[in-house]
Amino acid sequence: MSDAPAAAPDEAVSAPEPPSRHGCPLSDSRGQVVLHPSRQQYVGVVRALLDEGFEMCVDLTATDYLLFPERSLPVEITPERFEIVVNLLSLSAKERIRLRVQVPADDPSIDSLFDLHPGTEAMEREVFDMFGITFNDHPDLTRILMPEDWEGFPLRKDYDTGTIPVQFSTDFGARS
Amino acid sequence: MSIVDTIRAGNEAQQGLKPRSELTARELLREVGSVLRLSEADAAKLGDVPADPNEDQTMIINMGPQHPSTHGVLRLMLELRGEEVLRCKPIIGYLHTGMEKTGENLTFMQGGTNVTRMDYVSPLNNELVFSMATEKLLGIDGDIPERAVWMRMLLSELNRMSSHLLFLATNGMDIGAVSMMIYGWREREEVLRFFQKVTGLRMNHNFIRPGGVAADLPAGWRDDVLKLLDLIPPRLEEYDTLMTGQPIWRERLQGVGVITAQEALALGATGPILRSTGTAWDLRRDMPYLHYPEMDFDVIVGSYGDAFDRYAIRLNEVRESMKIVRQILDRMPGGDYRIQDKKVTPPPRARIDESMEALIHHFKIFTEGFKVPEGEVYTAIESPRGEIGCYIASDGSATPYRIHVRAPSFVNIQCMPHMLRGGLIADAVAVISSVDPVLGEVDR
Amino acid sequence: MSLIKDVRNDGLGGLEHNVITARIEDLVKWSRSRSSWPASFGLACCAIEMMATGAAHYDLSRFGMEVFRASPRQADIMIVAGRVSQKMAPVLRQVYDQMMEPKWVISMGVCASSGGMFNNYAIVQGVDQVVPVDVYAPGCPPTPETLIHAIETLHQLIEDGHLMKRRAESGAGANVHVQEIPAGAESIPVLLGTR
Repeated sequence: MSDAPAAAPDEAVSAPEPPSRHGCPLSDSRGQVVLHPSRQQYVGVVRALLDEGFEMCVDLTATDYLLFPERSLPVEITPERFEIVVNLLSLSAKERIRLRVQVPADDPSIDSLFDLHPGTEAMEREVFDMFGITFNDHPDLTRILMPEDWEGFPLRKDYDTGTIPVQFSTDFGARS
Repeated sequence: MSIVDTIRAGNEAQQGLKPRSELTARELLREVGSVLRLSEADAAKLGDVPADPNEDQTMIINMGPQHPSTHGVLRLMLELRGEEVLRCKPIIGYLHTGMEKTGENLTFMQGGTNVTRMDYVSPLNNELVFSMATEKLLGIDGDIPERAVWMRMLLSELNRMSSHLLFLATNGMDIGAVSMMIYGWREREEVLRFFQKVTGLRMNHNFIRPGGVAADLPAGWRDDVLKLLDLIPPRLEEYDTLMTGQPIWRERLQGVGVITAQEALALGATGPILRSTGTAWDLRRDMPYLHYPEMDFDVIVGSYGDAFDRYAIRLNEVRESMKIVRQILDRMPGGDYRIQDKKVTPPPRARIDESMEALIHHFKIFTEGFKVPEGEVYTAIESPRGEIGCYIASDGSATPYRIHVRAPSFVNIQCMPHMLRGGLIADAVAVISSVDPVLGEVDR
Repeated sequence: MSLIKDVRNDGLGGLEHNVITARIEDLVKWSRSRSSWPASFGLACCAIEMMATGAAHYDLSRFGMEVFRASPRQADIMIVAGRVSQKMAPVLRQVYDQMMEPKWVISMGVCASSGGMFNNYAIVQGVDQVVPVDVYAPGCPPTPETLIHAIETLHQLIEDGHLMKRRAESGAGANVHVQEIPAGAESIPVLLGTR
């Protein structure tokens, strides 16, 4: 694990080596450590972190950056439409780490973490249900929150909230 | 398609439990063994389902979603051999409200109203984690006034007490001590009365907002809290007499729903479930927030990982919360109850008549909302059910781009199949109750 | 003959003092309203307030309603307490259909009455799209006083007989809206025993 290098006074001239960990770029988000593995590195990095002591996968979710493609990412990462966000926790070191993996829109699939962290079963099903991202080798990839015959993936940005305009037909006079 | 056809057709066949005979060996191994990070030999020992399903007839039955013994609309499909539960699958989604989608259309000021209805039994904790995540994004998390922080702690601990009292009530009723329902709610009413005095509402308060809290504590609050602290300990002694030492209670809960520390960690369980296995993990002590480092309290840990441990942990956590509340009573400072940053907190109502700037700020905050710089954070606190986390990604506008709440009950429900395996169906009710799920946060 | 006369006129112990006569219709309506059992259909936050209404402080058993029947076949009133999602709507209809006539529905809370603050794809915008509703109780969640007000309104309607007439004509519910009783600023002290 390489530490973040000290900032040189004239950074534009001598570009310092970007911080990385387990071969993926590392960034800092409001003081929280974020790793950016690629889809291919994903399971390997999680396994390496598991060996390091991050034994609990606290949360696995996704974001659809269709309307905000210009979010800030390390320069060597190509932004894609979807991002899988995984939060890991190490009880021994009392540390958290976050992973953000880019998933393209034309091939929304990624490997499942079920064999490493069985607690991700329900979380990955929710991501599939809400975003349509499939997880390879997941034991039971079906909808979990919506009815099974629902069409569409609700949390995608091109899926409308479904707000029904309310017409107030009664003239409500002064409250008594 | 008429409603009758919908009912007949919709059986959630895909989401339901497939009979054992239709599972391949590998699927069963994944379901039974490999989930627990055990070796294949240990896994084979665990999976003592009949090898030849024709030999013993197994039956798949459905429990819920409308059932008096489930905590909300949880549906369980159980595969039974006689009275013994072989496999179980919880089916959720009956309370899915699209809160994360709605949250994208509400400003950060309004977000509390949305988030508070997820875990409706401990709403102040939801608001707290959302406010803390928003403040981290805004960069003001170090500037919250002292009084606001202490008030947040006071309300959070009182909410933990009211949530655990509800657990004691519903757990008692599910096991059969029906009068426990009345006793638990009786105590809870006292806490809710205090909340009503402070926040204006009994539930779903929307009181803890980004920047502090919504209003100051009313005069005489100390007496009310002292009355609470005097009232509850003797009642807890009553519960000890009624339940903890009682042989029937112990027979029904000891050894039921056992989970090991390894299984709990693998499944991501937190809160009383993890602590009942012997792992001393409480975010209030291990990754503290607010002023918990200055509080003197114990983290209650069980040893057997069964339902009795979880019951005892929650009962004693009420006592620990009372200890913390007493310390907060002594140390509550004066001062502002919300940060004086004009861009984030609305001005006091009187100022609106005097100052044009105050009027404009008020208008902007309540109609457009304050803008939060772009970025993403994940903040977590210890709710009565475990670790509740809030992941917010902001794009620089006044509404969150993506808000996700990591609900403890959503993850804890995954422990249920492992707790139920090999037990009797009568224990299913005890186990569900000991996991204490709140379906509002499971389905969001 | 004189024996019968003695029994009939035996002062306060006689038949004439201990017999009430009324129309069967009135007796039936009276007993239906005073002993209507709710089917437990608590979904979300309103269920917690419904349980609080049934608990010791705001006692529902003084209205004859503390037994929440698990089986819909044994219930008279269905209090839909909470937000009804798309997945739950067929279940709601199924439970309603299993209830025996006469049956009534109280829609508790704004989510059940109109979708509440969740105007989106996931929530049915009002359970009156699925079942006929007799009384709407507003609030988020309604305080126990509001729920008792709604229940008592329903009981009054049952006792007056209006509901059954309208149901026979159109099959619709009564669609009565009650006013919310907000949580009181002055809390009423209740002595709960001195132990």
